[in-house]
Amino acid sequence: MELFLEILVAVLLITGCLMSLIAGIGLLTFPDMLTRMHAATKPQVLGFLLIFAGLAIHLRSWAVVPLLLLAWGMQLLTAPVSAHMIGRAGYRTKHAAKDSLYADELKQVVDKVSNSPATGAIEVSPSETKESQD
Amino acid sequence: MMEIVIWICGIMLGLATVACVIRVAKGPSILDRVLALDVMLLIISVALCLEMVYNRHTDYLLFVIAACTLGFIGSVTVSRYVSDQRNA
Repeated sequence: MELFLEILVAVLLITGCLMSLIAGIGLLTFPDMLTRMHAATKPQVLGFLLIFAGLAIHLRSWAVVPLLLLAWGMQLLTAPVSAHMIGRAGYRTKHAAKDSLYADELKQVVDKVSNSPATGAIEVSPSETKESQD
Repeated sequence: MMEIVIWICGIMLGLATVACVIRVAKGPSILDRVLALDVMLLIISVALCLEMVYNRHTDYLLFVIAACTLGFIGSVTVSRYVSDQRNA
């Protein structure tokens, strides 16, 4: 049993560190900011889960599990937010290479907003504005 | 056996850090650099966990949580201020 747990810890730790290595290689070799974002999120969730599981099993203690779950839950909550902010900034500042995209669903919304008059009223049809003015 | 595992993990983390440093130096935009520095902070957290595994203690758990929070705040702050200068 002891040997089995040791081997399990070894596999978990090595796989978790492999996620970090994958993120580094992806950051280095991928051509575009959006694809690099895809690579950079690998160690954030899966890598941390494996490393934390290895740590808790190696220490043989349930007392560290809530703290590790707190750290991992924080990663789960904050990774989408920061990825969203980086992607949004990249889309707006033309850092993202848009010619490499297969589908750009945000473009329709951006065109709609930029073609509408600068009142901020985007979805309002002409009849509704007339009624509101009356 | 744990010694060998720590060596393998350390070498992988070192290679990942070198890749991140190269991307920080090369990165065409500031967002690439923010992304690479975020990954470097994650590598630091993983290295703290490896140290805890090697020496069998739990002293650095709060540092791991603090590093996660720092990475989030840093990347959100920088990307908030990367805006289109024509509309700023």
